[in-house]
Amino acid sequence: MVSNTMPVDTKAVKKGVLIDLTKCIGCRGCQVICKNWNNRAVKKTVLTGNFTNPLEMNSETYTTVKFFEEEKENKMSWNFVKTQCMHCKDPACASACPVGAFTKDPRGPVTYNAEKCIGCRYCMMACPFGVPKYEWEKLFPVIQKCTFCVDRLDAGLIPSCAKTCTSKAIFFGDYDAIVAEAEKRIKDNPEKYVNHIYGKEEAGGTSWMYLSSVPFEQLGFKTNIPKRALPDLTWASLSKVPAAVGTLITVLSLVAYFRNRGDKDKGE
Amino acid sequence: MKALDKTMKDVQFFSKGTKILVVLLGLAAIAVIYRYVFGLGGATNLSDDVPWGLWVAFDVFAGVALAAGGFAVTAAVYIFNMKKYKPIARPAILTAFIGYSVVMLGLLIDIGQSQRFWHPLLMWQHRSVMFEVVICITLYSNVLALEFAPAVLEKLKLTGLLKILKFFTFPLVIAGIVLSFLHQSSLGAFFLIMPARLSQLWYSPIMPQMFYISAIAVGLAMVSFESIVSAKAFKKEYEMDILKGLGKGTRITLGIYLLVKIIDMIVRGTFPMLLDGSLASKFYIAEILIGAIIPIILYSIKSTQESVGGILTSSSFVIFGVLFNRFNINFFAQLRPGISYFPSVAEIAITVGLVALGIFAYRIAAVYFPVMHDSQEQH
Repeated sequence: MVSNTMPVDTKAVKKGVLIDLTKCIGCRGCQVICKNWNNRAVKKTVLTGNFTNPLEMNSETYTTVKFFEEEKENKMSWNFVKTQCMHCKDPACASACPVGAFTKDPRGPVTYNAEKCIGCRYCMMACPFGVPKYEWEKLFPVIQKCTFCVDRLDAGLIPSCAKTCTSKAIFFGDYDAIVAEAEKRIKDNPEKYVNHIYGKEEAGGTSWMYLSSVPFEQLGFKTNIPKRALPDLTWASLSKVPAAVGTLITVLSLVAYFRNRGDKDKGE
Repeated sequence: MKALDKTMKDVQFFSKGTKILVVLLGLAAIAVIYRYVFGLGGATNLSDDVPWGLWVAFDVFAGVALAAGGFAVTAAVYIFNMKKYKPIARPAILTAFIGYSVVMLGLLIDIGQSQRFWHPLLMWQHRSVMFEVVICITLYSNVLALEFAPAVLEKLKLTGLLKILKFFTFPLVIAGIVLSFLHQSSLGAFFLIMPARLSQLWYSPIMPQMFYISAIAVGLAMVSFESIVSAKAFKKEYEMDILKGLGKGTRITLGIYLLVKIIDMIVRGTFPMLLDGSLASKFYIAEILIGAIIPIILYSIKSTQESVGGILTSSSFVIFGVLFNRFNINFFAQLRPGISYFPSVAEIAITVGLVALGIFAYRIAAVYFPVMHDSQEQH
């Protein structure tokens, strides 16, 4: 069985993370260690009557654990959902960015180079999971988001949240092994899990995936995300640009020639 | 004033309207300072939930569409050799040039790292629609500057340079049309990557084509609107023949647009969504009514099309309708529960100021350069 303490070569290609929500106990250790490792400051938060805090990720919070309460047989029942960047295989943010500030590391992380960023926020609009966050309070803001602890991977360490998870809800490993493990868990316990690996196909597949015992739409997951890579949708239009330019120049020149034939004194 | 163009001698530069513009520009200048002291978070109501607001929707998306008259008119005059429209070529080019300059200024204020505005020009990312649009509007502003340059050269009596520019008229016009096609349609392609964010009423794989067609319609409507307003401002005769022709062009383009919209709805089966009672569906219906159906009817009534007031009303509907469409796609098609946004005072002041700047610049150019005069008269 794959375990989050199993030694993995973090520098070899294609890693993945499986979050088994049935194992999460809502301790928020991942949220704390993430702030710690990534030197994130705190932001003022407000009480909302819900344990989720902050309610959404923000520029200082790369991961936040959401608390979902429901009543089951007259008893309070909790579901906890860790949210962070999904690290898409073909990330919408990377294709949207006009300056190429985002890069898909072959190991899985979608990394961001703040030095290039012009702050146009198209990545925020393009991301189907609403992940990139902006430093609204700063005069020269950049984007912030989960890094997959790429610096730790470089150093041969596993992501800090996976490392710290006490209930082994966060599994880090080779991508294929992660998928196989997720499939095995569903197969072995069909009554326990919803028959869906969230992230296996969403947006063309993501490096981070989820298992759950509660339907995903009840846990704030977006379930209307297409199964194809989103950059393909844009590329369907952009890839036609060279042909359109060629055709237009030819047609316009021909029309201009025939319509203006015999006319003297053109232009102004 | 010696500097005044012959035909503009009777126009006083600082009219009452111009003074209002100056006040608006002053307020916008204060808002710009505020934005650069307190940042985007302090000066705007934007948030992680609504990263794009009034500036992107109006200053960029609407601004580019409204400036489409430039390429539509130059195509008619130079490519299709419709000589009738020659007198409005220069005003249309000037409007487009000013429009794009204002759009770029708006974009500069909107991006968080204004000092890095040049990054896309060097750090190419060819899969990005944003990259393509930035490159296109940068190139197109230069094309427009060169297309307008003859007016400046005539004024300065630099006939040598004028002759050289004249030689490049056709390549410039063609470049302008091609660049416009690319970025006008790409503004629709911006949203292709957001299938889960946009309401299915608006989301369609042919959004680029819809943006392009509606840009031509609103470009022509804007040229009509502006011809009437500036004829009034500069006390000139209305050119009914041209206005009627523009009206016909707008009607045909809107007809195609409406047809494309209907076919798109049939193909994607979104008709039932029209009656689901949601705010989005109401806005969608309103947008189609105001921007397409009502103006098509108005443009088809003979008496409307032969009166200045009628043309002004019809073109106002088109302008408002297309603005509404761009706003819908930027906000109302993305409505989610619990998310609200209303622009801040600074956002509104800067947007109003950019419009004022456009009108102010147009007035300066029209008063000091040969823009409005019929070029044939001078030769």
